[in-house]
Amino acid sequence: MTNEAKGQNRMAADFLRLEGLTKAFGPNVVVKDVDLAVGKGEFVSFLGPSGCGKTTVLRMIAGFERPSGGRIIVDGRDITNLRPNQRKIGMVFQAYALFPNMTVAGNIGFGLKIAGMGKDEAAARVSEMLKLIGLAGFEKRYPYQLSGGQQQRVALARALAARPSMLLLDEPLSALDAKIRISLREEIRQIQKELGITTIFVTHDQEEALSISDRIMVMNAGRADQVGTPFEIYNRPQTRFVAQFVGTLNVLKGKVADPSRRAVQVNGTLINIAHDLGARKAGDPISLAVRPESVSLGSHEGRESRLHGQIDEVSFLGSVIRVRVGVGGDNTLSLDTFNNPAVPPPVAGSPAEISFSGKDLLVLQD
Amino acid sequence: MRRSRFLPWLVFILGAAYFLLPLIATFDFSLKLKRNVYSFAAYANVLGDPLFRQTFGYSALIAVCTIIVGAVLIVPAAYFVRLKFPALRPFVEFITLLPLVVPPIILVFGYIRMFGSSSWLPFTASRQGTNVLLTFGYVTLAMPYMYRAVDTGLRTIDVQTLTEAATIMGASTPRILLRVIFPNILVAVLSGAFLTFAIVIGEFVMASLLNRPAFGPYMQNVGANKAYEPAALAIIAFAVTWAAMGMIQLLARFAPKAASHDE
Repeated sequence: MTNEAKGQNRMAADFLRLEGLTKAFGPNVVVKDVDLAVGKGEFVSFLGPSGCGKTTVLRMIAGFERPSGGRIIVDGRDITNLRPNQRKIGMVFQAYALFPNMTVAGNIGFGLKIAGMGKDEAAARVSEMLKLIGLAGFEKRYPYQLSGGQQQRVALARALAARPSMLLLDEPLSALDAKIRISLREEIRQIQKELGITTIFVTHDQEEALSISDRIMVMNAGRADQVGTPFEIYNRPQTRFVAQFVGTLNVLKGKVADPSRRAVQVNGTLINIAHDLGARKAGDPISLAVRPESVSLGSHEGRESRLHGQIDEVSFLGSVIRVRVGVGGDNTLSLDTFNNPAVPPPVAGSPAEISFSGKDLLVLQD
Repeated sequence: MRRSRFLPWLVFILGAAYFLLPLIATFDFSLKLKRNVYSFAAYANVLGDPLFRQTFGYSALIAVCTIIVGAVLIVPAAYFVRLKFPALRPFVEFITLLPLVVPPIILVFGYIRMFGSSSWLPFTASRQGTNVLLTFGYVTLAMPYMYRAVDTGLRTIDVQTLTEAATIMGASTPRILLRVIFPNILVAVLSGAFLTFAIVIGEFVMASLLNRPAFGPYMQNVGANKAYEPAALAIIAFAVTWAAMGMIQLLARFAPKAASHDE
């Protein structure tokens, strides 16, 4: 993790603190020295590709996996070696995990019964939870009588019923179809805000993470590459992996022309960038990144840098047209233009000029 | 092109005849106690015999005890193997198959040697002790069937996720087994239970060598001394077994339905 990210991390109030969390399965180290501080009531997403260790970190917080190293602190208390049933944490699983032999009310009331809550109080809490998830009147139904979205809502209510100190969501939306996924994620966020519960959300879907999180921890090969707000993660990625994993990204290969003036050369064109070039010397190779929405076809006000090339491919995506332009060498840029029914789309094979601002170029650290 | 259905029907009829003809012949014979007339006199004799009721009642009681002990032993064992020690599954499956390979007579002689009246744990020294030993023997005999039934039941549910979901809500392992796992595999356990019941009701070797008044030795005794009643007993035993199998089918309808993941 970068120093800046660690700094941001420390700034947050630390209701949940992961300190040097490590997990190895035999010789295979799947989580490497993860540090994270999560404030009370914060919604933090663990984002990363399959096998990056995000679920393992979540399972260590839940207590299902014992860390090989490091500590887990919740509200000032070290829970690293506590059993899962002593942690007072709510969890929603990808596969819903509703008990098939119990009704909706039975499922939601399960944890309350274990906690020794009285019958009337538990029934009232179940009703309150059902109202919260918009399923009042579904008490007597069995899980098989519900749709996937309804089952996951019940699972959420079940996780929240006992008023846990923290909520863990392990890819809860992956088994649902696109429309339900979007509406349910908004619902989850709304409920989380309403209850003010500290929430950790694991997902491999960047759009999901960007849309509902207060902060995101991007994981790669067991490490936390960057922790930041969705805005920071998208606009100021700290590593090449974060830049490429979150959103679509164009990578331009060039050479440092004049480090003092922050000037780089791409295909013979001199570009001034806003970011510091660090210890790079003139002639050093450099990788620059730019988002498709920061690139225009043709000249555009405020986008002073220009490159010339040829349109390789045009993809019609409905409201947006994605154009791929080869600008010489290995450099290819994708850019998005809005679909205007009055204007015919660009044609593949035709020459093109693209423009962008040096301020939008990110220097990738390899 | 329409395929001829003659061959499948022929195979079915031949198969059915192979199994049903001896049964029909036995049933026919069981009705011929009275000369020149079909009657249920042999059945009346069997059902009216106090020894029939005593031995059947004894075997039924031992069968129920076997089912309880078997379920208490096998459900947690199969659960832990599936949850915590999946690598041990082939080994456990091998162990559970041993009763099918080792003849009951070897098993019961082993029991008598180990738990005889002069041993450190003299089960056979008392009637109750012998009953307990017989129950344990039957648990072993029924283990291949009970274990497979339970394991099949566990395969139909997501044991790990359900366990984790219950654990994170504060449940202890015994509570998870009792409230979450057991109700969801109840039908599978009952399938194993009815198979166990059918095995125990007809078992002869163990009951005979341990000298217990069970239904198996009674059937053998009647078979050695009477002509028509053994046929009636065979039909009754078949009926009991079929009733057990029918119950398995019936109960399958009441299994908790797995929730769909579709929208």
